[in-house]
Amino acid sequence: MKVIHVLFRSSIGKKFTMAVSGFILFGFVIGHLSGNLQIFAHPDKINAYAHFIESLGPALWGIRLFLLTTLVVHVWVAAQLTIENKRARQKNYDKQVTLRATLASRYMRVSGVIVLAFIIYHLLHFTVRVTHGTEAYPTTILADGTKVRDVHSMIVLGFKSPYIAIFYLLSVGLLSWHLAHGLVSMFQSVGLRTRAWSHVLERITVVLSVSYFLGNALIVVAAMSGKVRIQNPSVVGFTCRDTCEICGLRNAEAIVENADAVEDNQS
Amino acid sequence: MNVKLRVWRQKNSETEGSFENYEARDLNPNMSFLEMLDVVNEDLTNDGSEPIAFAHDCREGICGTCSCMIDGKPHGPETGVATCQTYMRSFKDGDTITVEPFKANAFPIVKDLVTDRKAFDKIQRSGGFVSVRTGAAPDANAIPIGKDIADLAMDAAACIGCGACVAACKNSSAMLFVSAKAGQLNLLPQGQPEKDTRVLNMVATMDEAGFGNCTNQYECSAACPKLISEEFISKLNRDYMSASVKKLFKAKAL
Repeated sequence: MKVIHVLFRSSIGKKFTMAVSGFILFGFVIGHLSGNLQIFAHPDKINAYAHFIESLGPALWGIRLFLLTTLVVHVWVAAQLTIENKRARQKNYDKQVTLRATLASRYMRVSGVIVLAFIIYHLLHFTVRVTHGTEAYPTTILADGTKVRDVHSMIVLGFKSPYIAIFYLLSVGLLSWHLAHGLVSMFQSVGLRTRAWSHVLERITVVLSVSYFLGNALIVVAAMSGKVRIQNPSVVGFTCRDTCEICGLRNAEAIVENADAVEDNQS
Repeated sequence: MNVKLRVWRQKNSETEGSFENYEARDLNPNMSFLEMLDVVNEDLTNDGSEPIAFAHDCREGICGTCSCMIDGKPHGPETGVATCQTYMRSFKDGDTITVEPFKANAFPIVKDLVTDRKAFDKIQRSGGFVSVRTGAAPDANAIPIGKDIADLAMDAAACIGCGACVAACKNSSAMLFVSAKAGQLNLLPQGQPEKDTRVLNMVATMDEAGFGNCTNQYECSAACPKLISEEFISKLNRDYMSASVKKLFKAKAL
């Protein structure tokens, strides 16, 4: 119980909890982005990757539970800290100037809440798969013949609507902004931000948050501009030639098979 | 020079306060802000009205008694000085200056611009003592301390406990004060025996007093008349977590 008291009751402990949960979530979003960047490779690559993750079964649920708990803790403690902070000064100044607080640090709550709304939508969109009709969640066949979820097409289809694409762009933008304060702040909260490297840490933070945004934006822009195209013939909006060099011979056959299967289904 | 003042007037902690407008005329630009208030009070007293209550003592920037939120910044527009060493030359002729007390729930308003900062004394007291031997004066430099450590401890010890850090923080957090008071001793060999208990007790007292939490924006450090670095907060965080872990695993006395 003493551990709970330190981590969830004391002011410094709560900040420590924010830092550690934030660090875990940061690690997750970097891993998530690395996985997503496979969209620029052959569709089989990202589809096989998604299939592998889905086939983890109980382990996947363990990971999901862990990440969800981390997120809940991060949001819960943030809410608790916010309430305490508001309570610490009930009557505010008539006039107060900002001396050196960064803009990102002053809008952590705003960026955090919008990102939370985005996470909920994003999970409903791609994990629970209920925001769109069934045609938005196609399947495909890998080189070894396994039938898998066509994540590649799901992403491209997802960004077809400019509203959704802009919402995604805005959300990852806000998340990057959140990280611009969060990354440097987590080191301060656990006491690892020292004079020796605080300037380096600030620079690393800027580089990481900007690259995180650019990496995500690249996927959205590539999907919207048609740079990354749907390569599954059973999906509406299929624009590939069946002699495409990227997909090669294997896919040309698969495409025909797949097209036959679709026809069978329809008849 | 002449300035207009918008001053927070509040009879006591029970009553509601409000702004009153005053005019300060024929000021010498080299007057301190407090001397300007003295002039205004002189006029108020002559008129038979209640003078503005403000806290002051040494008027040379070392006691930490003067406070005041001047134009939205604790201790006024200059950097690294207390209100007593803010001079009227920092303002322009004809300026309207807003003067408010430090506001935080842990610092209740006593009257006008005077706040009760005894929460700081409670924190300081809970930090306890340092084990030094009394008796005959020890040899100078009997305990070797590196110059860099001595300087850093001195930086922390420069804290005058004025409360500008709490006043500037949007969360009314006292972390800069606590980190300076704990840090000055935690850095030195003389402060080691009680280091963990000191940190744990001071943070516990700070939490009880109703100060907010640190959001790592470092407004405190920018507003501090002694410009104490936020790095001491980082050190306090580190010392607190290590003291907590040590406490969790410490063997109990038989």
